[in-house]
Amino acid sequence: MKEVKCECGHINPVGTVICEACGRVIGDGDGSEKLLDMRYEASPRRSQHYNKTIVDKIWNFFSSVKVGVWLIVITLVASAVGTIFPQEMYIPPTIPADQYYKQEYGTLGQLYYQLGFDNLYSSWWYMILIASIGISLVICSLDRVIPLYKALKNQRTAPREGFLEKQRLFGITEDSADGVDIPSIKQNLASKRYSIKEENGSILAEKNRFSRWGPYVNHIGLIIFLFGALLRFVPGMYVDETLWVREGETKEVPGTDGKLYLKNEKFIRQLYNKSKDDQVFQDALKKNPAVIKNFQTNAVLYEKKGDTLPGEQPELKKVETDKIQVNRPLKYKHFAFYQSDYKLDEMNKMKFRLIDKKTQTSFGGLTIDLYDPKKDYNLGKGYRVELLNYFPDFEFDENSEPVTKSRIPNNPAFVFNMVTPDRPKGEASFVAIRQTIEPEGNNKYKMAFNGIETQNVTGLTVRKDMTLWFLAIGGAIFMIGVVQGAYWNHRRIWIQRKKGQVWIAAHTNKNWYGMKREIHSILTGTALQEPKDQLDEKS
Amino acid sequence: MVQISSNLLYIAFILYLIATFFFAGSIKIHSDKAAKKTNRWSLIGILITIIGFVSQVGYFITRWIAGGHAPVSNLFEFTTFFGMMLVAAFIIIYFIYKTPVLGVFTLPVALLVIAYASMFPKEITPLIPALQSDWLHIHVTTAAAGEAILSISFAAGLIYLIKHVDQTRRSQRTFWLELTLFGLIATLGFIAVSSAFSSAGYETKFSWVDKRGSDAETVYHMPALVGPHKYEMKTKGNMAPLAEMPAMVNAEKLNTVIWSLFGGIIIYLIIRLVSRRRVAALLQPLVRRIDLNLVDEIGYRSVLIGFPIFTLGALIFAMIWAQMAWTRFWGWDPKEVWALVTFLFYAVFLHLRLSKGWHGEKSAWLAVIGFVIIMFNLIAVNLVIAGLHSYA
Amino acid sequence: MAKKQRLVVRTIILLLLAAALVYALYANLTKDKTKQVKMNAAAPDFVLTDMKGTKHQLSDYKGKGVVLNFWGTWCKPCEKEMPYMDSQYKDFKAKGVEILAVNVGESNYSVQNFIDQYHLSFPVMIDKKSEVQNAYKVDPLPVTFIIDKTGKVIDQFTGSLSESQINSFMNRIKP
Repeated sequence: MKEVKCECGHINPVGTVICEACGRVIGDGDGSEKLLDMRYEASPRRSQHYNKTIVDKIWNFFSSVKVGVWLIVITLVASAVGTIFPQEMYIPPTIPADQYYKQEYGTLGQLYYQLGFDNLYSSWWYMILIASIGISLVICSLDRVIPLYKALKNQRTAPREGFLEKQRLFGITEDSADGVDIPSIKQNLASKRYSIKEENGSILAEKNRFSRWGPYVNHIGLIIFLFGALLRFVPGMYVDETLWVREGETKEVPGTDGKLYLKNEKFIRQLYNKSKDDQVFQDALKKNPAVIKNFQTNAVLYEKKGDTLPGEQPELKKVETDKIQVNRPLKYKHFAFYQSDYKLDEMNKMKFRLIDKKTQTSFGGLTIDLYDPKKDYNLGKGYRVELLNYFPDFEFDENSEPVTKSRIPNNPAFVFNMVTPDRPKGEASFVAIRQTIEPEGNNKYKMAFNGIETQNVTGLTVRKDMTLWFLAIGGAIFMIGVVQGAYWNHRRIWIQRKKGQVWIAAHTNKNWYGMKREIHSILTGTALQEPKDQLDEKS
Repeated sequence: MVQISSNLLYIAFILYLIATFFFAGSIKIHSDKAAKKTNRWSLIGILITIIGFVSQVGYFITRWIAGGHAPVSNLFEFTTFFGMMLVAAFIIIYFIYKTPVLGVFTLPVALLVIAYASMFPKEITPLIPALQSDWLHIHVTTAAAGEAILSISFAAGLIYLIKHVDQTRRSQRTFWLELTLFGLIATLGFIAVSSAFSSAGYETKFSWVDKRGSDAETVYHMPALVGPHKYEMKTKGNMAPLAEMPAMVNAEKLNTVIWSLFGGIIIYLIIRLVSRRRVAALLQPLVRRIDLNLVDEIGYRSVLIGFPIFTLGALIFAMIWAQMAWTRFWGWDPKEVWALVTFLFYAVFLHLRLSKGWHGEKSAWLAVIGFVIIMFNLIAVNLVIAGLHSYA
Repeated sequence: MAKKQRLVVRTIILLLLAAALVYALYANLTKDKTKQVKMNAAAPDFVLTDMKGTKHQLSDYKGKGVVLNFWGTWCKPCEKEMPYMDSQYKDFKAKGVEILAVNVGESNYSVQNFIDQYHLSFPVMIDKKSEVQNAYKVDPLPVTFIIDKTGKVIDQFTGSLSESQINSFMNRIKP
């Protein structure tokens, strides 16, 4: 590859189609092309022509639109593949992923899992794809916007020989006696908001050049957006925690370094009611009666005053009271609390009566706080119940021993010792829901179930996302760029007087139909003939 | 109110159908060189289309008033709205380019879309908490509008291909074009078969064993060609399935798909047998006088107009709402991913066109693929791939 | 001259982009680790009262090694390691190693029952409001932090410890 010397003596960079100095069409040789390739104003993208160092090679790789398009296509296909089966984050947490995919989707599912598609969007190769698109965005834009800017800035009002006739819209009118009414053409152009430059009787009318920057503006927006996405990894920018709070309970909010506490005053779940709610929902509710109307946590947010240590009694200041609903998070400083999950009717207290099995006589009742049971419950008059053991989430383990699965009282079971005046050593009894076992058999007394108290638990998502601003700005710039590029068209019209003829040529970066109509209305009544579409002649 | 609303939709449907014939008629007369009458026929066509559109807007507003929320919250409502936006996009493009032939292709697609929508349950559904937000109508309407405008490029692409692809000999291009048209016919098949059986009130109950080994029940609304895993027929006297499916497969949906294809193939074969030509060849006279460069530009422009609207509605507004309702702006939910896929696809379309010079036929094929992706996201993602968006 | 300049500019831009990519990949791989307490940094201080009513503040144990264990009565691996800890504790107590066993917020009854059952001699305390768990970002149980005499977390272990592991941990933080 060599630099190109123009007739005028100017040395142009390799790949030049139009001389930088004089604007002559140089071309790559035979000049057989009927129309000029105006994509980048026929200016050279130098990057394509230097390929010496490794840096240049990498640069050129990412500078290619072909590579960019391939990157997008690969990302597109990969993304689509990721939706064939659910991602790991959406599968039920109760089954391990390696079993789930095989069980639910058979061999294909197993293959999907083994190939790592279950976590596709956070896989290293997907991230490399996205990052490569980002790199391609930066380099492609830099490589094109600078030459384009220079070319448009230095464009000639009166292009040289060979430029006009190689435009798609081109026409020649003989300048007859009555003459082409140039001043009224200029007036018409101005009324269509063209800016007009004149040089020795040659006219260049141009409008909406800014539309050409649209693609680069939207690329900048995308780059900012991707940068914002990258920021999420920076510690302190992003918090995503789950907070489960029982009604009446106050808990420290995770992810806030112990600064915030949240109290769940009440959790409400409402269903649509067939008779009470709007009549129009009748039919839908008949088919599917349980439609949820509202999830709501009445919450109080506290901020910790002073510098107490974890475990110390904190001094709390109420800062916010709110009804948290889906779509209506509670926001405080940089944190937002979202209603995201719940558990209804979790057992809280359990009531029993001590009775004589035969006579059903009651000797008093007791209420066990399932979160804080006592060792001893005195019923008076010599009747007493000792709690020998407590299993909040009872099951039998592999050795048929009673154990607890968790600390949550989902299925409470108790071992009581019932001490009565006539059985001073007491009778032992194992009591679970709908189940009583008497280790010694034949007890005289019994702990009779006497009701439960329940409470709701709310599951809130605690979120801090400092990257949102970047994403919003990136998104906004992208939209501006894309609208600027798509909804406006860069249009130019050249008019020249030559040897008793008037030449007209026009170029637009898109929407030729609109361009032709505009030329039609500009030239009406001016004796200048409308330029022909040279593409039509070809076909 | 609900009754008025559904009547208005019905009226709109009929009017679109009539308008289609007027647009087709305008072309017929055109070839008879009665140039002046052309304008009258297509003028009547567009007038009827506009009245139909106004009627459908009436459906939309009355249903909104009746239900208390924008009717875009389930598959019936959304798909209908998409059809409405398709008509709106056509009206706009018509006034820019004045091409009646676009109506001959866009309106039938809109008709298919609306008829397809009516196959879903039509009750006004109450909103679950996640949907109770103004962003419901902001996001859904913008996204649907974007998709509809992008779909115009499909209609333009189809016109381009029908005129451009050489029908005098068999080739890969004729095959793919026939397949595209068959896709539309199969939709018609689905609508015909399922409305036939539902008006007959056909129903077969099955009990079967699902993949976890537990008992399940399902109801077929079409005669069972394939039965579910270890099925037992609960309704006596109806047709017994010819084959049994493994537990992994949703046999009821597969059965519907088979019937639709069956219906589609029959319609297609009848057309082929009667006309003895490819469907595309049959349609060719309609587009004889159309200027290919103009159709190409219509396709390109509708992508240019639709792409920003789609991005705004289906990605940006979607992200804003997702941040409020689901606590995160992006969660790789299938619907989100397919919106991204659509976005990336049209980004490729624009890059290929701007930088690689993919005009004309290549561009038209891309428009067809783009429409397939949009339809996939509109229908298959909700019905086949379960996710957060499967409200229907 | 221009060529050289161009090379420099291109190199800088490529390096910046590559750095962003590498950072993203690294951060993505280690994102689970960032949800843990930092190693070789000061252990978050806390105050809890044990079952006997004695207040324990972590910073008071400066000069001693501390094994900080988070556990629950229902958790089988916790149950398994408790007797080992107790027997090692008896050896190392005189050598200046303390065990603080923090229960993750169960009832006094269950915790006391557990202590009685296994005759635990080290201080056991209940983190009723999950504050200490939050400070240490505790998720799966059991998890054990070992803190040296200067008050720095030098290691952390999730899962059931064997007696020899406990022994080697205690040797590492023996003052």
